[in-house]
Amino acid sequence: MSDLKKIKDEFLLKLRGKLDISQLNQIKSDLFGKNGLISTQFKKIGTIVESERKKFASDLNLVKDELQDLINSKINEAESAEINKRLDKEKIDITLPERSFVRGKIHPVSQTIDEISSIFSEIGFSVEEGPDVENEYNNFTALNTPDNHPARDMHDTFYLDEKKQKLLRTHTSPVQIRTMLRDKPPFKIIAPGRTYRSDSDQTHSPMFHQVEGLHIDKNINMGHLKGCLNYFIKEFFEIEKIKMRFRPSHFPFTEPSAEVDIGYEMKDGKILIGEGNQWLEILGCGMVHPNVLKNAKVNPTKFQGYAFGIGIDRLAMLKYGINDLRAFFDCDYRWLNHFGFDPLDVPTNYRGLSR
Amino acid sequence: MKITFDWLRDHLKTNSEEKNLLERLTNIGLEVENVESTPDENKLFKVAKIIKIEKHPNADRLKVCDVNIGEGELKKVVCGAANAKEGLITIYAPPGAIIPKTKIKLEVAKIRGITSYGMLCSESELNLSEESDGITELSTKYKKKIGKSYFSKSNSNLIDLSITPNRSDCLGFRGIARDLAASGFGKLKDFKEKKIQSKIPQRIKVKIIKEKNQGCTVFGSCLITNVKNTESPKWLKDKLISVGQKPISAIVDITNYVMLDINRPLHSYDADKIEKFIIVRNSKSGEEFTALDNKNYKLESGMCVISDKKGVLGLGGIIGGTRSSTELNTKNILLESAYFQPGSIRNTSKRLNLDTDAKFRFERGIDPLSIEHGLNKAALLIKEICGGEISKIDIQKIEKYRTKKIKFNTDLFEKISGFKISTTEMIKILYNLGFKVKKDKKILDLTLPSWRPDISQEVDIVEELVRLTGYNKIKTINPIKDRKKPTLNKSQKLFHFLQRSVASKGYLEAITWSFTDSNFNNYFKNEKKEIKIVNPISSELNVLRSSIFSNLIMYMNKNLDRGFKDLSIFEIGPIFTGSNPGEQKTVVTGLSAGKKSRLSWIEKEREVDVFDVKRDVIQTLVEAGYDSNQFFIDSNTPNYYHPGKSGRLFLNKEKNNEVAYFGEIHPNILKKIDVKTESLVGFEIFLDNFELTKKTLNDQKNKFSYSDYQKSERDFAFIINKDVKAQDLISAVSSIDQKLISNIKVFDVYEGNNIPENQKSIAISLTIQSFEKTLNENDLEKINNLIIKTVENKTGAKIRS
Repeated sequence: MSDLKKIKDEFLLKLRGKLDISQLNQIKSDLFGKNGLISTQFKKIGTIVESERKKFASDLNLVKDELQDLINSKINEAESAEINKRLDKEKIDITLPERSFVRGKIHPVSQTIDEISSIFSEIGFSVEEGPDVENEYNNFTALNTPDNHPARDMHDTFYLDEKKQKLLRTHTSPVQIRTMLRDKPPFKIIAPGRTYRSDSDQTHSPMFHQVEGLHIDKNINMGHLKGCLNYFIKEFFEIEKIKMRFRPSHFPFTEPSAEVDIGYEMKDGKILIGEGNQWLEILGCGMVHPNVLKNAKVNPTKFQGYAFGIGIDRLAMLKYGINDLRAFFDCDYRWLNHFGFDPLDVPTNYRGLSR
Repeated sequence: MKITFDWLRDHLKTNSEEKNLLERLTNIGLEVENVESTPDENKLFKVAKIIKIEKHPNADRLKVCDVNIGEGELKKVVCGAANAKEGLITIYAPPGAIIPKTKIKLEVAKIRGITSYGMLCSESELNLSEESDGITELSTKYKKKIGKSYFSKSNSNLIDLSITPNRSDCLGFRGIARDLAASGFGKLKDFKEKKIQSKIPQRIKVKIIKEKNQGCTVFGSCLITNVKNTESPKWLKDKLISVGQKPISAIVDITNYVMLDINRPLHSYDADKIEKFIIVRNSKSGEEFTALDNKNYKLESGMCVISDKKGVLGLGGIIGGTRSSTELNTKNILLESAYFQPGSIRNTSKRLNLDTDAKFRFERGIDPLSIEHGLNKAALLIKEICGGEISKIDIQKIEKYRTKKIKFNTDLFEKISGFKISTTEMIKILYNLGFKVKKDKKILDLTLPSWRPDISQEVDIVEELVRLTGYNKIKTINPIKDRKKPTLNKSQKLFHFLQRSVASKGYLEAITWSFTDSNFNNYFKNEKKEIKIVNPISSELNVLRSSIFSNLIMYMNKNLDRGFKDLSIFEIGPIFTGSNPGEQKTVVTGLSAGKKSRLSWIEKEREVDVFDVKRDVIQTLVEAGYDSNQFFIDSNTPNYYHPGKSGRLFLNKEKNNEVAYFGEIHPNILKKIDVKTESLVGFEIFLDNFELTKKTLNDQKNKFSYSDYQKSERDFAFIINKDVKAQDLISAVSSIDQKLISNIKVFDVYEGNNIPENQKSIAISLTIQSFEKTLNENDLEKINNLIIKTVENKTGAKIRS
């Protein structure tokens, strides 16, 4: 029996046993190390007679490949057995709680303002702002509400001086005046913000939010007003079918004036906006009074248009089923967490208002 | 304004149902706020006759009555009234009836051992009069009505209208009927005015003083002598009761009726109590009188008063006085029908804080031409009910009524409303509203009715026409989706970005009042001035906030009291630096309390600290597009922060823009407010101090470049004076060559053993990598030495060997 066959048989036998990685590595080096049995055989090739040399070399290679493959696969086997053995020990209780992560929330009023801005953005309105402290002129007189006018009774005003010249704005309408005095027509703006009236009960709070709308151009009429609000209401409530009613009303700064009601019904104690048989007042609007335009240095014979004012808190209450207005400003952790929105929920034109 | 359809029909001819009326009222701008159905229970009150009376066996004052309640049916009723006697016709309320005055529902009850089936009612219990002594005594005329319901059946519900302040004309039934008729709902009935036919002069002299700010311009009056003031007849009582008014006496009821019917307030004086004459004048400061509300009023100068020789009788158009008031035994009446200026009325009533029905009407504007009409109507009714003789009408005026005119271009209608109606239609509506109309091509020459003080220009006419045609006729013009200007400007974008950025770091957004408690505000006012609200809603909300912290800490405390321990809240909104418009700043303020990883099985719990809020602030600014490598921080913070554990952040090293404070809230404040938490840290970011980048997102990114040459990481430890800041050390290193040296990190700060007193050791790690070549040992050695030398020179540090 040739040496080769002897080596092969001997090691095939050895490799049949249960071997760990170090044993396998030992065998590997016994065979293929610098002075390993197979390596030694390769060194002999040169000494073999020419006629047998070719066969010897080919046999040697066959033996080498066979043993090598066997050893490698045995090593792989042993390695994965070893990992598996370790994994057995590494089992954890994966139902234990994860590391904590806290994300904050966006207040429903802020979310609603973003929704409103997104809707009006699409039809070309831009956002304007004004100060919370206003002068008497911008808040009342310029808006065609002279002193000694009963309409002032509708606004219980917070004053900052005895002469009643400085006050906390009672509506966002003074932003109309500021915008018109600063720029040139046409105007197409909304102005969301804080407003104040000294009034506090279940449905009134001394601070609340309004969004003012103003569209002034050469030929803007009541049809545009109706269309704009119709569009807004549908988009805002994300309902295709919604009943809307315009009815005459009175505001000193608009003529003609209107209030807008939407249909609703009560179902299981919850308010359902849409096609119900009851009416809910949600905003006031009208054609900007020529006196207001004059006060704001806009020529009323050339320009006309509409304005509207919407209670933001009320819209948020209706859309998100919030019952108590005062809770908006009560800062109760549980309330904020429940009614707040994830900051990643940014209302956008392309993605829509809601997820 | 409360109305019934029945009363409205006095002025309006219509066959429509109430349902349609309600809809039409709202559609023309007379909004129906509420409809109260007349209680069916009123049917239960029956005319009844006492047949037999026996003494109650167990009570001296009580009587047991057998009452015939119709068709011979007898009920036993226990009654305590002294006037109950056999044969009396009265009003019986059965068990189940609700007594109008007390709203108590009757039940079968045992009274001292005797079962009583119902009750016999007094007038006051039925709200018929103030008469509460004894049960109602009906005349023998009611004999035929025994068993029938006492109250006449009324189908008319009580309709509560919300009349806007411009529509004084609709504070009377006539005006409402006119509006309805103009909208095509029924026809306005003709006004059959009966006039006083008298030759007797009005003998009490009336004079209106011509003086500055005289609030009365016309004073009409007539004298009715020898009247017998009495209870009102049933029709009049029923009318007043139907709209929720309480009948008092014929004279008062009649003036009320005329006021409600045609919106003409009147006042009746007991003529015998007027001393000599009547003078209408401005009050003098300090004058006093007792008004009909039984309150004594001390007047300031310049209020319009009706006076006699003795002094003030009443405040014209607001309230009369007790000295000249009419009573049941009044014999001679002076009836006043005047015109008072709305501004004057409003001024006086505001100064005296007085609100009356007459004031409400006069301040909105009464028809100045209704003076005689009101006197005719009321005086004739008084004569009819109370008898007496009426004098001629006396009218004093210091101003003549001028009719108002408007030229209305019919084109304006379509221009404003967006739809068309014919000129004929316009003329018809305006005519029905009481306008006199003359047409001249496109122009309508309009003479305004005297009862419409709210109309003064063309656009008011448009409103009338659109309103009465119906807002449902307005077309819906869909908006065009077109945007010419950006929706938000840069600072608005920053606002929205910071808001969501802070929220994403675990803070719940709160919205609190812009005002606060001055006691709390003082803690956070620092050097700002206090801005008081003159008329705060409560003393806890008496100043505009100088910082958002005051409210936020207050609410944080409330939440801690609710049992929540680890909380982060924030608000973005205004703080106020002065009481002028624009003296305000927009601030994001956050507050974080308690611990991190409280009761965690996996992470070590610790208190929130200043480096938590520092991270939140810096990360927020980085997200907003600002480069943290440029930031500069020092420890100059307002006095409400912990002086040693707080920082002030600038966007750049030139310290141009102070954009944020962060740190622990001062322990003294926590103690005073009694905040129950382990730790409270907060921050403020000032939006107005940002230099807004003009760049787009694309511009903000630097050119993309990186080095593929080998990089090496090096660590250094420096011994340095305690008061030298880590920021100084880092900026010394990065000043060498920011392209070559990057990624500088502080990985250890140490004081104590082996370090001299007043010194500390700061260890930093950094990366050295060239953009040009692989650095050899020699190059690296040179850079190492440069770093050490630079740091030592700039900060006084020594490398730790």
